[in-house]
Amino acid sequence: MTTQASSAPAPRERSRAARILTRRGFPLWSWLWFILGALYFILPLYATLDFSLRMERDTIGLKAYSAAFADPVFARTFGYSVLLAVVTILVSILLVVPTAYWIRLRLPEARRIVEFITLLPFVIPAIILVFGMIRIYSSPVNLPFTDIRLLAPLTTSKLGTNALIVAGYIVLGLPYMYRSVDTGMRTVDVRTLTEAAQSLGANWATIMVRVVLPNVRTALLSGALLTFAIVVGEVVLASYLGLPTFGPYLFLLGQHRAYEPAALTFTTFLLTWAAMGIIQLVTGGQGQVAGAH
Amino acid sequence: MAFLSIQHATKSFGQAAAVEDFNLEIERGELVSFLGPSGCGKTTTLRMVAGFEVPTSGRIELNGVNITNQAPNQRNVGMVFQAYALFPNMTVADNVGFGLKVGKKPKDEIQKRTAEMLGLIRMPQLGDRYPYQLSGGQQQRVALARALAIQPQVLLLDEPLSALDAKIRVELRSEIRRIQQTLGITTIYVTHDQEEALSISDRIVVMSAGRIEQVGTPFDIYNFPKTAFVASFVGTLNQLRCTVVDAGQGKLSFDGQTFTATAPIRAAAGASVIAALRPEELHFGQFDGENQLTGKVEAVTFLGGIVRIRMVLGQSQITLDALNERKLTLPKVGDMQLVSFPPHACWVMADS
Repeated sequence: MTTQASSAPAPRERSRAARILTRRGFPLWSWLWFILGALYFILPLYATLDFSLRMERDTIGLKAYSAAFADPVFARTFGYSVLLAVVTILVSILLVVPTAYWIRLRLPEARRIVEFITLLPFVIPAIILVFGMIRIYSSPVNLPFTDIRLLAPLTTSKLGTNALIVAGYIVLGLPYMYRSVDTGMRTVDVRTLTEAAQSLGANWATIMVRVVLPNVRTALLSGALLTFAIVVGEVVLASYLGLPTFGPYLFLLGQHRAYEPAALTFTTFLLTWAAMGIIQLVTGGQGQVAGAH
Repeated sequence: MAFLSIQHATKSFGQAAAVEDFNLEIERGELVSFLGPSGCGKTTTLRMVAGFEVPTSGRIELNGVNITNQAPNQRNVGMVFQAYALFPNMTVADNVGFGLKVGKKPKDEIQKRTAEMLGLIRMPQLGDRYPYQLSGGQQQRVALARALAIQPQVLLLDEPLSALDAKIRVELRSEIRRIQQTLGITTIYVTHDQEEALSISDRIVVMSAGRIEQVGTPFDIYNFPKTAFVASFVGTLNQLRCTVVDAGQGKLSFDGQTFTATAPIRAAAGASVIAALRPEELHFGQFDGENQLTGKVEAVTFLGGIVRIRMVLGQSQITLDALNERKLTLPKVGDMQLVSFPPHACWVMADS
């Protein structure tokens, strides 16, 4: 027993010493992988930036940027995409928040089914989705096995097509939106919070506005920003539905211009970074709250 | 007519009955504990009073009003949860004032009442803090203040101390009792911790498998358990399988030794029964008018205030608790010892 006790600490000390060595010395492998990873992301971005600054021969300048921004089509398509993104985010929130809430509260058995549905966009490519939508909604939709008309053809009207693309975007953003909202609700134990609020006399509207939404704000924001990024860069749905959004514009521009698409690509990178900065800023205090619970 | 009356309440989830035919009358200002192991139906019963569960059958009346099917937000019942359930996005003061704000009370009244509640839980300086800046014990105090701020008719506490460490638990339970008695508020306290239930309750409802086993004061529950379950669940109990020698005289035979229990015994001579004894009623040595049994010391555990000694008597094990004192001589493992107890300390339970 005594010999065991005296010999036991030796390997433990050795491993501690080894750990201190790697910490104090140079952790070669960790840094190597980190640098390789960073290069993988930074190099293409740097190349794009570098290229976008060389529109004029032998000088570094912002000409590609001014040229790209000067094109009225840029402003129009980008504005249109932002509008679609905002509508998509709002409808997604209206759809996802009550659904996730109700599943947490009353229908935990439905979670697997809903999670499966929200993951479908990862399995079914956007091209299949858009062909399916066009096939179904370009002719009138009838109640199955009857002649009762439910919907006029959607693709023939502007409003209908816009509704279709927003619906498509909601589907594409669903994995991110649902998961972040559901995780947010689990973190704050929304079910017990609801019961606490109920016992204090609150009705459903009050609970939603004062308890649920403020406590999943961070989750909503991250879901919303990911949805935003998807919508602004999306090409397939917009092209096949024939809508003048930013994605197809960038794609077309790339086919007959060289520098401007690079400038615009870099600009969208910056916008995404700005968005992530906003998340960090807003989640600072909120994250702690959720973590402490 | 009792202030809170639960009549024949039954709750089933699918085929499984969580609570069966629960009947209880609680007087105004009383603190009643629901005590039992996990899954005995105590929390389900509490949630029926809160309105989070609707009874499958039965009726619940509060102050003469039938609230069986009333929504939880219509009942004016304060609830404290095991997980605190403070709103993370609100300060302590906003949490405490939430129920009043929902009830559309004037601003100055909310402020006054919030300050009053924070004083009651002895945290008057911490109104501006957020829940994540508080310890578990402080969070639970705030949860208590929040539940009390709305001046509820009944206060419901669902294992409020389970998530806290032992020292805070003891402190907070006397704090809860003090506040409950100060306000004279009718309270139901759910716990699986018998010491907690014994120390703070006016009455205890011991539950098992969805049914009430016994209702009584802590003293009665501990000293006069009516069922084998209550006897073994509350406190430590020695159980000896004996044969009845003389039912009228209370004479029993155990492992070839004869002793006297509380008479009369409701069993015929020759029947096999269980004799029950609390460890603190047993002592070493020989005393006049007391029963004696001989056994072998198997383990001695020093617990500070008491010394717990496990002994083997024939085929059975018994536990003996001796009060600690500086002159105490601890028995040694393997010693043969004479154990004494008065006849009234031993009672016979129906063989289950």
